[in-house]
Amino acid sequence: MELIIQISYLLAAVLFILGLKQMSSPVTARRGIHWAGAGMVVATLVTFAAEEITGNEQAATNVMLIIIAIALGGGYAWYTGKRVAMTDMPQMIAMYNGMGGGAAAAIAAVELLKAQAAVQSGYASSVHDYLGADVAVLAILGAIIGTIAFSGSIVAWAKLDGRLNSSKLLPQQQLINLVLAVVLVILAINVYLSGSLNLIIAFFVLALVLGVFITVPVGGADMPVIISLFNALTGLAVGFEGYVLGNAAMIIAGTVVGSAGTLLTHLMAKAMNRSVSNVFFSGFGTGPAAAAAADVDGTQKEVQPQDAGIMMAYASQVIIIPGYGMAVAQAQHKIWELTQLLTEKGVKVKFAIHPVAGRMPGHMNVLLAEAGVPYDMIYDMEDINADFPNTTVTLVIGANDVVNPAAKKDPASPLYGMPTLNAEASQNVIVIKRGRGTGFSGVENSLFVADNTRMLFGDGQKVANELIQAVKEL
Amino acid sequence: MIEGLAALYIFLLAGFTGFEIISRVPVILHTPLMSGSNFVHGIVLVGAMIALGIAETTSQQVIGFIAVLLAAGNAVGGYVVTERMLEMFKTTGKQDKKGAHK
Repeated sequence: MELIIQISYLLAAVLFILGLKQMSSPVTARRGIHWAGAGMVVATLVTFAAEEITGNEQAATNVMLIIIAIALGGGYAWYTGKRVAMTDMPQMIAMYNGMGGGAAAAIAAVELLKAQAAVQSGYASSVHDYLGADVAVLAILGAIIGTIAFSGSIVAWAKLDGRLNSSKLLPQQQLINLVLAVVLVILAINVYLSGSLNLIIAFFVLALVLGVFITVPVGGADMPVIISLFNALTGLAVGFEGYVLGNAAMIIAGTVVGSAGTLLTHLMAKAMNRSVSNVFFSGFGTGPAAAAAADVDGTQKEVQPQDAGIMMAYASQVIIIPGYGMAVAQAQHKIWELTQLLTEKGVKVKFAIHPVAGRMPGHMNVLLAEAGVPYDMIYDMEDINADFPNTTVTLVIGANDVVNPAAKKDPASPLYGMPTLNAEASQNVIVIKRGRGTGFSGVENSLFVADNTRMLFGDGQKVANELIQAVKEL
Repeated sequence: MIEGLAALYIFLLAGFTGFEIISRVPVILHTPLMSGSNFVHGIVLVGAMIALGIAETTSQQVIGFIAVLLAAGNAVGGYVVTERMLEMFKTTGKQDKKGAHK
């Protein structure tokens, strides 16, 4: 039986890797998740036959408990996962990821409690004596990482879900975090050397607090990077606990996610022109640069939907730049309808997606796909930026910072250096915007007052509807 | 069973594999892929089941129960949202069937 279990774990690990590989192309992506899912089912089922579970006195109770826990946890996740709106996807991923980190930490907690019980009964002298040095170190490391990923992800979820708006906790937060981290390491060493229950509890509580403290000051725009990083950390924690339990499937799958997630985090941060340490250790735009940033002079010029519709209907090429504002207004279906109308009139329509459009890279593609926009009409920034001068009308809907020319021109702007879409290079720009305020970063946008820019104020969905009517009436 | 150097080999090779998989991913799939990798570390469920399986005292059982509960949430939730996202990716060709495009 042991051999069958081990081979099943190996099969699961192979299915995970092949599944992830297939998920890296839109054509095979769906098959990829199905393969990975099959691997998970196989691994879970064979585990019921594992000697650790069946081979002890309390097997009957524990198996019952396992089934109940899977039903409850899985049922909750199934229900929420099926219902969550596509716009809320990032925080849901954060939530599920946090659960994984918490599970890894809880595995470590069970191991540490077993060691503690052994120390108490005089069977072993310390945690490392009971578990062995290598297992003890990795169990404790996995506990720290998993716990921080758990509480941090919950905070990330709460912030993105609008349940927590504060970015400030205490003065000198960075210093406090540093002190807490040092104390946590000292506690961890003492847990390793002793077997005291109070130390173990203090250790977990402190790790929970640190996860919260690290995440709260992180600004909303940087959240995707944090979620991605916690995703990688959870993977790593799972890999470590896999070693603790001698489970190859966990080691392989956890480590693959750990390294893949690290690279993905780096790619995301790069797309936003932020470094990972930057995300953690500085609030966005709080440096001296923000104060010195040039004020934007000029007035925003309005246009009526009828006129905007005519401009687009007689254009040779229209590029649509959607942002998160479009998704919030649920305007993507209307925009797709407008696209179809324009295409019928012989206008070439393209969608330009900034790497961080939406709440995380690729999120906008998902939202457009939901509306039915085929992915071959959607262009990445590098592929479309040279195309803007040949474009009659660029329609910006709900996007702001990703089309801010200051990122290229103004070294004093906090956005300076971030790659942006060259909307300002097109012949005309129409911006659909709810009000006159600034974007997510709080930075003024000189594109909105440019000579070739016209503003369409109003709710995205309503304005898109008016544009559709205008084009239809022609 | 998997100890010392052998484990180190697995860690290293798995690390390279993860790096290799992601390095050629188009931006459009970043979110689904993050969600997909989030699902893959749901394998922690297997470990959580074992942790609850070896639990002897009540406190160990409670923590083991929480582990399985959270891990099942990770695995199932990760799968459901990834599936939902990937389901929506279509090409222009597929749109033709509905007559929605061209």
